[in-house]
Amino acid sequence: MIALSDYLILSAIVFCIGLAGIFINRTNIIMLLMCVELILTAVNTNFIAFSYYGNDVAGQIFVFFILTVAAAEVAIGLAILTLMYRNRGSIDVDVTNSLKG
Amino acid sequence: MEFTSVLFYVFGLSFVASAALMVSARNTMKAAMLLILSFFSAASIWLLLEAEFLAVTLILVYVGAVMVLFLFVIKMLDVDQSTLRAKFTKYLPLGIVVAVIVIAQMALVLSAGQFGLDAVAEPARHAADYSNITELANLLYTAYVYPFELAAVLLLIAIIAAITLVHRKGSRSKKQNIAEQVSVQAKDRMRLVSIPSGKRKESK
Repeated sequence: MIALSDYLILSAIVFCIGLAGIFINRTNIIMLLMCVELILTAVNTNFIAFSYYGNDVAGQIFVFFILTVAAAEVAIGLAILTLMYRNRGSIDVDVTNSLKG
Repeated sequence: MEFTSVLFYVFGLSFVASAALMVSARNTMKAAMLLILSFFSAASIWLLLEAEFLAVTLILVYVGAVMVLFLFVIKMLDVDQSTLRAKFTKYLPLGIVVAVIVIAQMALVLSAGQFGLDAVAEPARHAADYSNITELANLLYTAYVYPFELAAVLLLIAIIAAITLVHRKGSRSKKQNIAEQVSVQAKDRMRLVSIPSGKRKESK
């Protein structure tokens, strides 16, 4: 028998791996986007686990919308990435400092 | 240990291991491949939770479309890996410390005391003829039809935004000017020349 807490802790671990990945791969935008995808998958696992143990399909509907938004985010993120590479010749985050932030 | 528990631990281990290898991979291409493996593991976990439609969608949409887009961009940009990896170890300790702290905090909250089998009993499995898609569709096309249409609009906006961002103006694009096409006159396109019908050239 698998408890709800097992699923929640599994997705918490994957969430934190994705979070650590953002720290580790801070300079590579492609890796940052992939870590965000990993985090979203972990969150979706949480939604589905609660949906299953709570006997409510609405949680799965929410995952459906998260998938939609994530796909749109990746499409625009990669478009910006391509544009940035075309203009600067690099996708290093540290090169992108023209705003002097 | 029953069979579903074995499946859960196998897929869970594969999920965590591929995620950990993904964030620490030196090669972006390798990282993308490991992310695909972790998506497959996540889809298997979702199948255990009886979310069949979403598990298939994860593989079709994420592995089939999003990850292919990632691989396409990775190969197209031809990024120099060595410069990107120079600062790899600089933030490694900070990342690990943050991850361990967050995992510890979450494990305290999500422990078996609050969400264990005593607190939340495992629901009975559905019968073999249970259709996840039917149940999802019943809800999606009635109670959630408005957000569903908004999601469609969002995808349309994403398409337009992505095309607008990377569209290259200038000599490469072939653009038609409607006003110019409509107001064109016959004399702009056609020139009538009268060539006198020649007498036979008297050659010597």
